[in-house]
Amino acid sequence: MMKVLMFGWEFPPHILGGLGTASYGLTKGMSMQEDMEITFCIPKPWGDEDQSFLNIIGMNSTPIVWRNVSWEHVNNRIGSYMDPQLFYDLRDKIYADFNYLYTDELGCIEFSGRYPDNLQEEINNYSIVAGVIARQQQFDIIHSHDWLTYPAGIHAKQVTGKPLIIHVHATDFDRSRGNVNPTVYAIEKSGMDYADHIMCVSELTRQTVIEKYHQNPEKVSTVHNAVSPLSQEIMDIVPQKNPHEKTVTFLGRITMQKGPEYFVEAAAMVLQRTKDVRFVMAGSGDMMDQMIRLAADRGIADRFHFPGFMKGKEVYEVLKASDVYIMPSVSEPFGISPLEAMQVSVPTIISKQSGCAEILNNCIKTDYWDIDAMADAIYSICTYPAMYDYLKTEGKKEVDEIKWENVGHQVRDIYERILKNY
Amino acid sequence: MKTICFYFEIHQLFQLKRYRFFDIGSDHYYYDDYANETKMNDIAERSYIPTINALTEMIENSNKEFKVSISISGVAMEQLEMHAPNVIDALQKLGDTGCCEFIAETYSHGLSSLKDEKGFVNEVLRQSKKVSQLFGQTPQTFRNTELIYSDEIGLLVSNMGFKSMLTEGAKHVLGWKSPHYVYHCNQAPNLKVLVRDFKLSDDISLRFSNSEWSEYPLFADTYLDWIAELPEEEQVINIFMNLDSFGVDQPLSSNILEFMKALPACAKARNIKFATPIEVVNEFSNYTSSAIDVLHPISWIDEERDLSPWLGNALQREAVDKLYSVAERVRICDDKRIKQDWDYLQASNNFRFMSTKSSGIQINRGIYDSPYDAFTNYMNILGDFIKRVNTLYPDDIDNEELNSLLTTIKNQGKEIAALNKEIKLLTKQETKNTKTTPKTTDKEKVKKSKA
Repeated sequence: MMKVLMFGWEFPPHILGGLGTASYGLTKGMSMQEDMEITFCIPKPWGDEDQSFLNIIGMNSTPIVWRNVSWEHVNNRIGSYMDPQLFYDLRDKIYADFNYLYTDELGCIEFSGRYPDNLQEEINNYSIVAGVIARQQQFDIIHSHDWLTYPAGIHAKQVTGKPLIIHVHATDFDRSRGNVNPTVYAIEKSGMDYADHIMCVSELTRQTVIEKYHQNPEKVSTVHNAVSPLSQEIMDIVPQKNPHEKTVTFLGRITMQKGPEYFVEAAAMVLQRTKDVRFVMAGSGDMMDQMIRLAADRGIADRFHFPGFMKGKEVYEVLKASDVYIMPSVSEPFGISPLEAMQVSVPTIISKQSGCAEILNNCIKTDYWDIDAMADAIYSICTYPAMYDYLKTEGKKEVDEIKWENVGHQVRDIYERILKNY
Repeated sequence: MKTICFYFEIHQLFQLKRYRFFDIGSDHYYYDDYANETKMNDIAERSYIPTINALTEMIENSNKEFKVSISISGVAMEQLEMHAPNVIDALQKLGDTGCCEFIAETYSHGLSSLKDEKGFVNEVLRQSKKVSQLFGQTPQTFRNTELIYSDEIGLLVSNMGFKSMLTEGAKHVLGWKSPHYVYHCNQAPNLKVLVRDFKLSDDISLRFSNSEWSEYPLFADTYLDWIAELPEEEQVINIFMNLDSFGVDQPLSSNILEFMKALPACAKARNIKFATPIEVVNEFSNYTSSAIDVLHPISWIDEERDLSPWLGNALQREAVDKLYSVAERVRICDDKRIKQDWDYLQASNNFRFMSTKSSGIQINRGIYDSPYDAFTNYMNILGDFIKRVNTLYPDDIDNEELNSLLTTIKNQGKEIAALNKEIKLLTKQETKNTKTTPKTTDKEKVKKSKA
């Protein structure tokens, strides 16, 4: 039997980035082991989360101030996603006087569950609540996802003396191209220092953790992400394709980290030679306006489109309509989107600076700055049918073998090893 | 008496340069001159020169009892002439001993035997011609690119007049049979087939310097003991490999050449002799040989010993088919640069770079970092090349029509030349006539005037 207390920030269906998708896939994969029991804490459950394979505890539903509330009221408020009895059990474990904090009528703190401006405060509150949960729950090991939950993990470890594993999905070095925010860095670093083991989503990230955060290499291991099988609804989407045109798609936040400008430059090169290709940059971000100007400046605005932010099914509609998927990220800890593109049989180009490049073979890899190579790869897939067909079929085959279940076993092995030597 | 038949291959491709799609139509030069020159110089110095000199020395020291055979692809001969003529000199010296047989092969080191029969015959003849120009020997033995062989190819080669051919002793073809016999092509009994003993060949070319190998270090007497211990009736031991196995795959510091140099004396002590392929074939011509059946082509590369290293995936097949789709056009034309590019682009290495097989052994892909990169670069170049071929003659005329038109034009030229000759002759006669019989004309004039 293995009981895990996990701290996370996002969980589907209400997700903002790759972290939620990865959290879901990982826990689902782990739950395939019969004797694995997972409790997953998130700031704000919505009630429509899939709890069939784990238990979700909402930080916004865990009391930190003792209030006398009726069963009926509790059931009304949180019954849709949490057993009222758990509320009372948690209430018994309030460990200090938090009356100075703003709480609601249940004695709980409110959480946005997003990445608000007062993120610092929300992280801190998350950690306070974690103290209650750690005292109430029974578990063998603590597993914290990304820096937002590291303080909570540390807190739980200090309260219970159980080993702490932290899971690095990204570091601030990836997000900022090197200009790290000192506060974020400090939180990340202390999480790593306190952790008994550090799991990174790629060797690339592992090296960052070792070099930039000065961690002992033996304490850091690589656990690559995987992909969840697609739902029937998504499989059934009929691709909307124009037979006379090729579509090349970029999908993601339009920020410095994702290297959007290299995509625009490569597109301009391709369009110098061939006209029947369209380029799509789906998503939003702080570099969007700059990219629109760049496309206009290169004189390709008629062939370069910005449809905005996509979510859910829309993402797959766009992907399925594409002939090429491209992810020119400057620094990508893992990057799950190319795997999703390959799942729907779209030939994929990724930068060598992406973590997923470590496990993918049936896609084209270029340096993010090498726009010549990138343009050449786009041209090749659009022009040579053998190339298109090969990457389409072999890419799909390859990605279908990358399963969360196997990742689950890897994580389990690490748990066992840590517990044995603890 | 047991006979060892040594054969070494020399081939280096013209390495292609980085060629992006935007170069198509504007840049018609495809090769990386610097890389080609440095590579040739390096291999010549590290491998070819010391090895060829060692072989010559072995022949001289063994009283010409040591024999060897060598083949050189046409494109390699061109590069040697350009960048390392001293290798040609050394080979000529080796040839002068009279103990080295020069073997024919494809000029381009390409796959024409599978895709372009006419082109195949044509390029083999050109390679043979170049060999006889450089080394004064007309080849009688043939080896195909990568030792590719099938019944069909055997017949083709036999029809060209070759007496023997070399190929791989592939397990799935030989089955229980031993590679130590002379075989013949089942379509053409006159073509004898010598098959490689891959175990004894790889012991030298693949494993010699591997310190983890159970037989390491290998000495000449051990090696020849293995051969001497073979059953009495197994008489021919064919050891085939690339010449650059010495010095490139197996560093000379492993004393591999010393190993070679010790072979003649050790062989003599065990009553084993050496012969070239044609000598083997002649010597065993009185014995009845059995036929070898090879329906699907075999080669000497990878565990499968088939065509999968060059035609294993859809990318490779597409590239090869695209290339040979213009074979006929290239043959018809007489543009020198196009013919030259045709030779260089066919090299099988270009397709090997696109292999996605996991054969356990890392493929050296040169400038390419993936099979996709290799495919893209090659297809870009091919795109430009095919464009050039197509601009020579209009695209909408098919090859047959074009050929007949060209024949007509050629014949017209001949006809015109013949007619010109006739006219000249006639005018000559005319002037002669005017000179010799002026009186008659006068008389005629008188007659005319009188009338």
